[in-house]
Amino acid sequence: MSKENILEISDFNVDFWVDGVWYPAVIDMNLGLAAGKVTAIVGESGSGKSTTALGLMSLLASNARMEGSVKVKGEEMINAKASVLRQFRGKEVAYIFQEPMTALNPLYTIGFQIVETLRSHFDMGPKEAQARALELITMVDIPNPEQSILKYPHQLSGGQRQRAMIAQALACDPALLVADEPTTALDVTVQAEILDLMRGLKDKLNSAILLITHDMGVVADMADDILVMKDGVTVEHGTSDQIFSNPKHPYTQQLLGSVPKLGSTKKRTLPYSESAKPAPVLKLSDVTIEYPKRGRQPAFTAVKNFNLEIYPGEIVGLVGESGSGKTTVGRASIGLLPVKGGSIEIVGKEIAGANSKQLSDIRQHTGIVFQDPASSLNPRLPIGESIGEPLFLAKLAKGADLARKVEELLDQVELPRSYRNRYPHELSGGQRQRVGIARALALTPDLLIADEPTSALDVSVQARFLELLQELQGKLNFACLFISHDLAVVDILCHRIAVMQDGLLVEAGDRDLILKNPKNDYTKRLISAVPVPDPKEQKIRREARLALKK
Amino acid sequence: MTLFKRKEKATGEILAGGESAIANKEVEGLSQGQIVRRRFFRHRAAVGALVVLTSLILFVMTALETKIGPIRIPGWWKWTTEDIPALRFEDCPGGTTGCPTLSLKPGAGFGFGTHPFGQDDIGRDYFALVMNGARRSLMIMFVIGAVAGFIGVVVGSLAGFYGKMVDASLMRLVDFIQTVPAIIIAAVIGKAVGKVGPLYLALFLGILGWTGLARLVRAQFLSLREMEFVDAARVAGASNIRIAFKHILPNAVGQIIVAVTLIMAGAILTETALSYLGFGVVAPDVSLGLLISQYESSFTTRPWLFWWPGLFIISIALCVNFIGDGLRDAFDPRQRRRITKKDRLQAKLHTKAGA
Repeated sequence: MSKENILEISDFNVDFWVDGVWYPAVIDMNLGLAAGKVTAIVGESGSGKSTTALGLMSLLASNARMEGSVKVKGEEMINAKASVLRQFRGKEVAYIFQEPMTALNPLYTIGFQIVETLRSHFDMGPKEAQARALELITMVDIPNPEQSILKYPHQLSGGQRQRAMIAQALACDPALLVADEPTTALDVTVQAEILDLMRGLKDKLNSAILLITHDMGVVADMADDILVMKDGVTVEHGTSDQIFSNPKHPYTQQLLGSVPKLGSTKKRTLPYSESAKPAPVLKLSDVTIEYPKRGRQPAFTAVKNFNLEIYPGEIVGLVGESGSGKTTVGRASIGLLPVKGGSIEIVGKEIAGANSKQLSDIRQHTGIVFQDPASSLNPRLPIGESIGEPLFLAKLAKGADLARKVEELLDQVELPRSYRNRYPHELSGGQRQRVGIARALALTPDLLIADEPTSALDVSVQARFLELLQELQGKLNFACLFISHDLAVVDILCHRIAVMQDGLLVEAGDRDLILKNPKNDYTKRLISAVPVPDPKEQKIRREARLALKK
Repeated sequence: MTLFKRKEKATGEILAGGESAIANKEVEGLSQGQIVRRRFFRHRAAVGALVVLTSLILFVMTALETKIGPIRIPGWWKWTTEDIPALRFEDCPGGTTGCPTLSLKPGAGFGFGTHPFGQDDIGRDYFALVMNGARRSLMIMFVIGAVAGFIGVVVGSLAGFYGKMVDASLMRLVDFIQTVPAIIIAAVIGKAVGKVGPLYLALFLGILGWTGLARLVRAQFLSLREMEFVDAARVAGASNIRIAFKHILPNAVGQIIVAVTLIMAGAILTETALSYLGFGVVAPDVSLGLLISQYESSFTTRPWLFWWPGLFIISIALCVNFIGDGLRDAFDPRQRRRITKKDRLQAKLHTKAGA
């Protein structure tokens, strides 16, 4: 590879020590990255992409060992002295992390943190550094730079925080920027803005970017080169066009195949006719939900005058960005949150104002799948017990009969029966989410509420999960409210889509109508901000979006 | 800053856990209990303390006669606390009497002798007295642990689970009890109940000692209450009682065990302090603290009367503290084993072919 490469990785290996055995996390990696270029490392969780990023600058835990060579601007980083590493960290190699809230120190203003970075690398006076910090904050487009510089991380929004992180990372004009899932925690519209910003800055400063992500859409939007990793091994390395249009390795093909793509599924007919609608399973009319005031914090209205009906056998997608109130609607629909005004009816029974006896009757018609597979199962109960709990409590089954039903449910979600006695920590995220479905379906509900069930899963696991959900829905014919921030997932699954913004329903209708021909401006923006995993198409979309913004 | 982030990521990855997550290799195929046990047995000081404490308890409990109702289990030690044998003069330094005969020097003199811990000023066997005192102190320690543990868990769970008014009123009660100078109240009431026996003293100290635990349990409940599995249980139709005791409490059990151990370590010291001041266990009952206070004046002439009970107090408190420490590490999921250079060199490489 050429001499001008900023980053030169050759035969790079990382192993982790676990109980007397070295487990390889990164195996024989080779990579060259030139100034002004973006290389994306993609792969699913556990593939070693983040380990690579941290390993470059020896930021890994003490149970890791590294071999091979990592050269930044020709200087060897593996086994380099701490003083050399310190010189390079921040100055030549800067990091942007996933969660800006935890990566910024909450006790200091963002201005202070940028000044600190500057003054630890350059011989700079406080005034001078302050001026430069202001310049940086202006550069990353944080509104009101003079005031924002004095703000603490918690006073900024997620997107602004990520901008502040970028400003800090760029403080010393680094030759290499390592961005580890920089937009995963952000909403799509904010993500699009941050990606625009990074692209612009890269061109301006001529930095090299090593982008680590699992989102193929982001990759298509940003990367020149792509390196695909699986279980620590580089399975494919090539230019963006090559990988997207002509993937060679079967794993790459599978990975790209499981990425949900907006607007690629065929037409879906409603399970009922418009003229003769059956009685709705879930009917929300004029619903208002308020979080009551706590101390001096005033009451907060999360959902206002919300109307939605779900009919038997259909899947309705509820989409919106974080804070739009979609989860609140889901939780209220199952009686986990009190309703301030309006009415929620499940199979004709009113939830609002129901007492606990009535509620538990109504809940026998419903099931819910939660977002976080890590916290949705009791870590102290074997999963068989978690799945059987609704049956046991509804007094529908006991003893051997219960065990048999639990096994049937495990069969349904395609988990081995022997998993009955396992504990949640022994299962992977995808398996735990299946357990979640099995539990939700235990009472053969008329209505299933799925609250972002795939947001914590890898794409291939997600693809399998969505298939399973569709199969089950076809077989059991329950109605489903599918809450998601991911339009592509909703596109695959749903018959109808409802879009929420700031607690209001902005648009609802047939899937094709909403995705292909949105009426509302917000829906339009939302759809245009979704990155498509195809570099050529994404380029067209990006330009269209920028034109829309002007 | 970057370091913080890394730790967070590491745990996050384990939680989101792909099957390939390397960090999970260590806990593969183990139940929660097994993981905790494994981590505990890795803590050498805690395991040592557990062995010492168990043998100490067995030693102390079997030394003297035990009476449970009509049943009498004879002890293996030849003297009782009532026997008053003649004071021994032989081999005592500086003209003192009743010095200890315990000799750990290998050779002819090795062994317990007639009075291993010596005799007190009227000739009673001090080994029997110390055994009896240690028995009482251990009993008091466990009773305080049980009473404080029970009240603390119940109050803390109720406050944390129900929140709002229940929480506010129970926490004000905790505030109130914490502001009361426990040692003075204990002194006053100890004087009154001292005559009815050490069991009541222990009960009383337990009733004052639960506040810290209650706060801890409440905090645990507050955070566990927001977990999604609690909502899942609620949707499944679980009652409040079931949610609190089946779903939340087992997840807080680690913290509770640790806190109770530390309460017990503190309890033995409180009992000692009170008895020393004369407000705790009252003669003719004995406890380790009381022994020290009774023979305080003979410290210069017969120092062993001070050393032996002191040694027992320190060993028991130390052991319980070490065990608590080991348990805390064992229950902490973030706890990782430190890797030595030797470990690094000895480790084999996992076959790369499989990866």
